[in-house]
Amino acid sequence: MAEKVPKRKPMVGLQPEGDVDWSSYRGVLVVVEQRSGQAKSVSWQLLGEARRLANRLDAPLMALVMGSRVSHLAQEAIHRGADRVFLCDSPELEHYRTRPYSRVCLHVIRTYKPEIVLMGATYTGRDLAGAIATHLPTGLTADSTMLDVDENRLLLASRPAFSEKMLATILCKQFKPQMATARAGVFEALPRDESRTGEIIPVPPQLKPEDIATEVLEFLETTGRVNLEDANVIVAGGRGLGGPAGFRLLRELADELGGVVGASRAAVDLGWIGHDHQVGQTGTTVRPKLYFAIGISGAVQHVVGMQNSSYIVAINKDPQAPIFKIANYGIVGDLFHIVPAITEAVRRRKAGAGEPRPTSAPQTV
Amino acid sequence: MRTTVLQSGNLPISKMWPRIGDEIVADERFDAVVVGAGPAGTAAAYTMAKGGLKVALIERGEFPGAKNIFGGVLYRKQLEDLIPEFWKEAPLERTIVEQRLWILGGDSAVTFGHRNLKYKEPPNCWTGLRVKFDQWFAGKAEQAGAIPIYETVVTELLLENGRVVGVRTDREDGDLRANIVVIADGVNSLLGKSLGIHREWRPDEVSLAVKEVIALPKQTIQDRFNLEDDEGCTIEFVGHMHGMAGLGFLYTNQDTLSLGVGVMVSDLRNKRIKPYEVLEGIKRHPMIQRLIQGGEVKEYSGHLIPEGGLDSMPPLAGDGWMICGDAAQMVNAVHREGTNLAVTSGRLAGETAIAAHAKGDFSAAALDEYTKAVRDSFIYKDLKKYRGVHGLLAMGASDLLFEKFPQALNDAAYEMLLVDGVPKKVKQKAAVGHLRDVAGGNWKLLRLALKGWRAMNG
Amino acid sequence: MLHLVVCMKQVPDSREIRIDPKTNTLVRQGVPAIVNYFDLHALEEALRVKDEHGARVTVISMGPPSAEKALRQCVSMGADEGILVSDRAFAGADTLATSYVLAMAIQKAEDEWGPVDIVFCGKQTLDGDTGQVGPGVACRLDIDQLTYVEKVESLDPVKREIIVHRHLEDGVERVKARLPVLITALAELNRPRRAGLPGVLRAARYQPIVWTTNDFPNMDRSKIGLRGSPTIVSKTWVPEPKQVNTEFIEGDDPAVTAQELLGRLYATDLPQKLGWA
Ligand SMILES: Cc1cc2nc3c(=O)[nH]c(=O)nc-3n(C[C@H](O)[C@H](O)[C@H](O)COP(=O)(O)OP(=O)(O)OC[C@H]3O[C@@H](n4cnc5c(N)ncnc54)[C@H](O)[C@@H]3O)c2cc1C
Ligand SMILES: Cc1cc2nc3c(=O)[nH]c(=O)nc-3n(C[C@H](O)[C@H](O)[C@H](O)COP(=O)(O)OP(=O)(O)OC[C@H]3O[C@@H](n4cnc5c(N)ncnc54)[C@H](O)[C@@H]3O)c2cc1C
Ligand SMILES: Nc1ncnc2c1ncn2[C@@H]1O[C@H](COP(=O)(O)O)[C@@H](O)[C@H]1O
Repeated sequence: MAEKVPKRKPMVGLQPEGDVDWSSYRGVLVVVEQRSGQAKSVSWQLLGEARRLANRLDAPLMALVMGSRVSHLAQEAIHRGADRVFLCDSPELEHYRTRPYSRVCLHVIRTYKPEIVLMGATYTGRDLAGAIATHLPTGLTADSTMLDVDENRLLLASRPAFSEKMLATILCKQFKPQMATARAGVFEALPRDESRTGEIIPVPPQLKPEDIATEVLEFLETTGRVNLEDANVIVAGGRGLGGPAGFRLLRELADELGGVVGASRAAVDLGWIGHDHQVGQTGTTVRPKLYFAIGISGAVQHVVGMQNSSYIVAINKDPQAPIFKIANYGIVGDLFHIVPAITEAVRRRKAGAGEPRPTSAPQTV
Repeated sequence: MRTTVLQSGNLPISKMWPRIGDEIVADERFDAVVVGAGPAGTAAAYTMAKGGLKVALIERGEFPGAKNIFGGVLYRKQLEDLIPEFWKEAPLERTIVEQRLWILGGDSAVTFGHRNLKYKEPPNCWTGLRVKFDQWFAGKAEQAGAIPIYETVVTELLLENGRVVGVRTDREDGDLRANIVVIADGVNSLLGKSLGIHREWRPDEVSLAVKEVIALPKQTIQDRFNLEDDEGCTIEFVGHMHGMAGLGFLYTNQDTLSLGVGVMVSDLRNKRIKPYEVLEGIKRHPMIQRLIQGGEVKEYSGHLIPEGGLDSMPPLAGDGWMICGDAAQMVNAVHREGTNLAVTSGRLAGETAIAAHAKGDFSAAALDEYTKAVRDSFIYKDLKKYRGVHGLLAMGASDLLFEKFPQALNDAAYEMLLVDGVPKKVKQKAAVGHLRDVAGGNWKLLRLALKGWRAMNG
Repeated sequence: MLHLVVCMKQVPDSREIRIDPKTNTLVRQGVPAIVNYFDLHALEEALRVKDEHGARVTVISMGPPSAEKALRQCVSMGADEGILVSDRAFAGADTLATSYVLAMAIQKAEDEWGPVDIVFCGKQTLDGDTGQVGPGVACRLDIDQLTYVEKVESLDPVKREIIVHRHLEDGVERVKARLPVLITALAELNRPRRAGLPGVLRAARYQPIVWTTNDFPNMDRSKIGLRGSPTIVSKTWVPEPKQVNTEFIEGDDPAVTAQELLGRLYATDLPQKLGWA
């Protein structure tokens, strides 16, 4: 029944023979991620950090913008710090697909030889970076949270390891470019500066038919589905909620605060709420401004996924619960009394003066 | 049920699907199935596998020992009968060279003890941790050929015409048929209950033990207990447990201490005290607190211990089944021995199974050889010796025996050793009088002493 | 029959890993090893395809001999074969070297049991935590990759087409691809099954196939293990634990407690950051 697979090609990722002269590789390249012409905020955050690296290397900062009808982003990248922007604008790049996008990336990298290539550690960024690093081939550090360069122009990419119990600095000495993906929300974007100037270099897509065999049928935007990654306020609950009904209390509070509902794995495993709500090591890593941990004990696997929230409020009836160790505000007591009271208090503040208004929808730009 | 069919033809072996060597699984029959991979079940499985029987060893834990606890002393003799020189490879903690007994008063203790380096060569007993030990021991059974079936709960026994013919597990297609089922499912023994050979244990037939494993640096442990590298020390204590019948223990492991108390369930009920409250009280006792201070609690767990002794022992065998270890109340509570009774009973059941297999007879009569073997062993003899202890404890004298006497003994010792000008004779009289008063008069004291003597001497 | 390959890694159970406070190193000793969480979902999806369309499921793992246990677990669930790619020479591999060896092993599995139609990987491992091996394998095999799949909508073995839902931060993408293809699995994809008793019995006796470097005559030694790994871990350190002075809000009246909490939250920069005005 099975058709023959296409004839085997030589494996990619073969390493260059003999000594390669890497000295012609110069500058830092940031791959800008966008959807429908809107850039992901992590791209500008990375440009901000990469600007610092480029200055230390005394080398140009480059950006690569790919997509369909995205030329405005090339200009925007210059406002955000880039010296030179490669722009590949083509209808075939309407949706992200690994092959066509990596084809363009590889072309730019091989032609313009940056010494460092950075991308956001988003789903798309990880998909693309993994492919490119294999093709080149070169080393790739995932999920960096600290970036620096040393006097030998080596990229020092540091990332959490072993459930964030450790940090590791990773180097790639023998190959160029040195590649890393970096987490969203860690680095600061530069203030937008319209007076900045730079060069925009168009690049052709150069696609082959087999590159576009995969077809994106449709994109279903998050509706009714949580977007934990981009949320500013998360109200999360765990086994302490006692059942799916408990999550209704959380949803009310989240609605008042303009936030979304998160959950611990215990609650997800019990089937009280869908897996896309799960925060933690095997769920989603989040960095909201405000995180409520309600009826969550604070097991490491949960904590590693939310400990970088700006403010953490923990509500638990057990004063010994480890979650209190990392919470800014702790309330020891029964969540079934406290959560409705908080919802009510928020509601009243909003009705009265100086009230909290719901946060605006998460920003993508 | 899945039946895999072997394809043949002129394919090379590697291309056959499925591979040969995969036996046809459906309706597979075992010579013996063992329920529970504690010391009893594993000893049985090991013995039978060595004897050439096709054995499955079923354990509900993620792996053997995953959730098992005990105080921590493992003995050489009974295990050596199975695996000579096992201590050279088994994961043991420390070789015990000193055993102490403390009788606790409110903030004092009367202590006894014996240290002897002869206990090292050959070793007499060790401290151990079940997580490591059970896993290792079951590994030996696997090496001998027993088929491990873990993370699997036996939910019931399969019965046909009153005979046990296998077990039902909680997995899909989960029935397993066997000529013999060895029941070694521990103190709660749901399977024993389902057979009707014992009921729910009465509260005075079991004690509830809670235990903490407390981490401390190796060197600190050795300094505090006066030990060299692999030497260990055990402390048992009575008293200071809210007037309940109970025994506490503090054992030295490599870099942890095992601290626990076991209290009679009937007393816990009567006094409405939670076992961890007892443990918390013990941890604050100055004698104990000093030894554990600075340590970090790594584990906390609780478990029942059979205390009924010989009188609570159920029938040990029937058509197609035998029962061993805690499931059959085989614990010598006075000497905190359980694992060795478990191991020996498992071995005896295994040997009986081998003989039954050879004869092809799995009837109650054939398997009753196991009951006889237990009777001839130290298990029966020791339990018989202490037969009366249970009655003594059930007498309701817990408060007296486990609180008032220990305190009185401490007070008396204090008086005797205090140099305050009072003549020794007067002191001695006062001390004895004190003990008598606590007992409620001379007559009562004498009767209690007699009962105690009888209980301990069979 | 379809031939499905699952790439599975055995990883230390992260719950149990501790840091030695003195040496700042990981204490891995005694830490139980488990099948990587997401790889179980990858395997489950392969088994579902097998249940529906009939397929041969081969699980491949690169790792030390102890990984045989994890392979047995996969076999107990229903995998047909478990292959351990194991050799000292593979030690120290980063994702580039790992994907090279895995791709070689998949090709060897094709030689043995026929062309592979779908390779399933987990989203990421709990220890390496990169999610790079899947794309690396796809690249080397020159097949399309569908990462972060949360649902397989349809699979047509005759037309050789698959439609999946890919999870993205801001939505879901429906994608159609042609076989052969590589999929990386999210936990949303399915609930891994519990092995039935026959599977457990089969696994208990099953001996995984072991392939060493000797089984790969064409393997380029410069691309495996430490030598084949461009990345180097130059230093590791334990981050200062986040220092928080937890402010406990006490009181018996929930309404008062709630007011107090809001008051404190308002005193921070949150109103400004969140536009609470
Ligand atoms: C490989 C692996 C990966 C994992 N990944 C994740 C992950 O990504 N995310 C994750 O969350 N977990 C993960 N876990 C599971 C994790 O270890 C914990 O089991 C889980 O986080 C516990 O969830 P919980 O805090 O909701 O439940 P529990 O630990 O049971 O805590 C419930 C809490 O609720 C409190 N409570 C109960 N009733 C009330 C009340 N009325 N009012 C107030 N408080 C109350 C209790 O005091 C308790 O502290 C993972 C585990 C493993 C092994
Ligand atoms: C706190 C404490 C301290 C102790 N101290 C000592 C000591 O110092 N020295 C000593 O020698 N003894 C000691 N003992 C006693 C000793 O632990 C037991 O006597 C011994 O473990 C009994 O072995 P066993 O194999 O009969 O039962 P267990 O060790 O209880 O094993 C039973 C096994 O069966 C499994 N099981 C149960 N039901 C099922 C089922 N339905 N399906 C599948 N599997 C099942 C369980 O998971 C378990 O692994 C102590 C006990 C306790 C609680
Ligand atoms: N050593 C390995 N053996 C088999 N599969 C692996 C190995 N390492 C990684 N994988 C697969 O690649 C996925 C991603 O791994 P990682 O890139 O390490 O996060 C895993 O979920 C596995 O499916």
